[in-house]
Amino acid sequence: MRKLVILSLLLVLGYFLLNTFAGAEFGKDRKVLANYYLEKSPSELQVANTVTAIVVNFRGFDTLGEVTVLFLAATGMGTILLRRRSKHTGLNPMRTSPEASKIVQAAGKLLFPAIMILGAYVFIHGHLTPGGGFQGGAIIATGFLLLLISYRQFKVEHKYVTWIESLAGLTFVSIGLLGIVLGPHNSFLENFLNVGTLNELTSGGVIALVYIAVGFKVAAELTGILDTLVNIRETGDID
Amino acid sequence: MNQLLTYSVYGTAILVMMIGIYAMLTKKNLIKIVIGMSILDSGFNLLLIALGYIKGGTAPIFSPAVEGKDVIMVDPIPQALVLTAIVIGFGVTAVALSLVIRLYRKHNTIKIDEIKTLRW
Repeated sequence: MRKLVILSLLLVLGYFLLNTFAGAEFGKDRKVLANYYLEKSPSELQVANTVTAIVVNFRGFDTLGEVTVLFLAATGMGTILLRRRSKHTGLNPMRTSPEASKIVQAAGKLLFPAIMILGAYVFIHGHLTPGGGFQGGAIIATGFLLLLISYRQFKVEHKYVTWIESLAGLTFVSIGLLGIVLGPHNSFLENFLNVGTLNELTSGGVIALVYIAVGFKVAAELTGILDTLVNIRETGDID
Repeated sequence: MNQLLTYSVYGTAILVMMIGIYAMLTKKNLIKIVIGMSILDSGFNLLLIALGYIKGGTAPIFSPAVEGKDVIMVDPIPQALVLTAIVIGFGVTAVALSLVIRLYRKHNTIKIDEIKTLRW
């Protein structure tokens, strides 16, 4: 009975949502603001990937807020799951899952460097190819996840993770502040470097630098979150 | 024909969203509720990306492959917004999961109807 009520309510909600969006015909060209971005991104900023130009340059302040949200999520998780170190120290006493097989361990060791390089490639070339700081950071975090699930004794040093995260965040903000000092219009996160030529690694001015900082920050944060989640004690005792 | 395409594409995205809300409303297991939240997220991302699609459009990247050619590019703004939305969705899921873990530690169960303090 309850499920029926919920289903009918969802039907009504879905019907109205669909009717709202059906007014916007699928596949129709309705770019207005996008035309400005699509015109300015290759000509003024020399950035091939327009999405990156929007995320880092036109809406750079938004991205700073986004990075802050991710940072808050990582710190919030640490605070929520905080628990004093138990007496029985040893190699990860919290994990009760069995050791992964030799095949998984060997493959993890082999794949880890390749995953790191792929992640670094994705965030360094964020202004040229699909991808960027968030995607590259996520790829690097999957490499650490691979090690975390294949080696029981593997542990991420939270001290270094915090350092990388803080330095990367500081780099982002300092690049933004340098834009106020050196930029032609003296505004936050403004490009103050030579923009170079389209489709070269050095094009885009500060966009590449900001995305490298974002890549490091996201990689460190996601690795920290994964490590927190993997290393949870599975018993249900109360603090 | 176009009308049919419009309804089916947006309908799929909205259906995914509705599945997510349904899971959030009916499931008793907290993990399943978090999964419902992610499904709702994905549905909404799908809807936004579909809104930005332009018929015959390519990815909004000025790579050498499209240089000098007269190509239509899809709307890059929904893509940039969805990039933000995915990251926020990840953060929300992570915090929600850690809250579930905290509840499990306290009550030894993740069934919401067995947690007495959540009743009113």
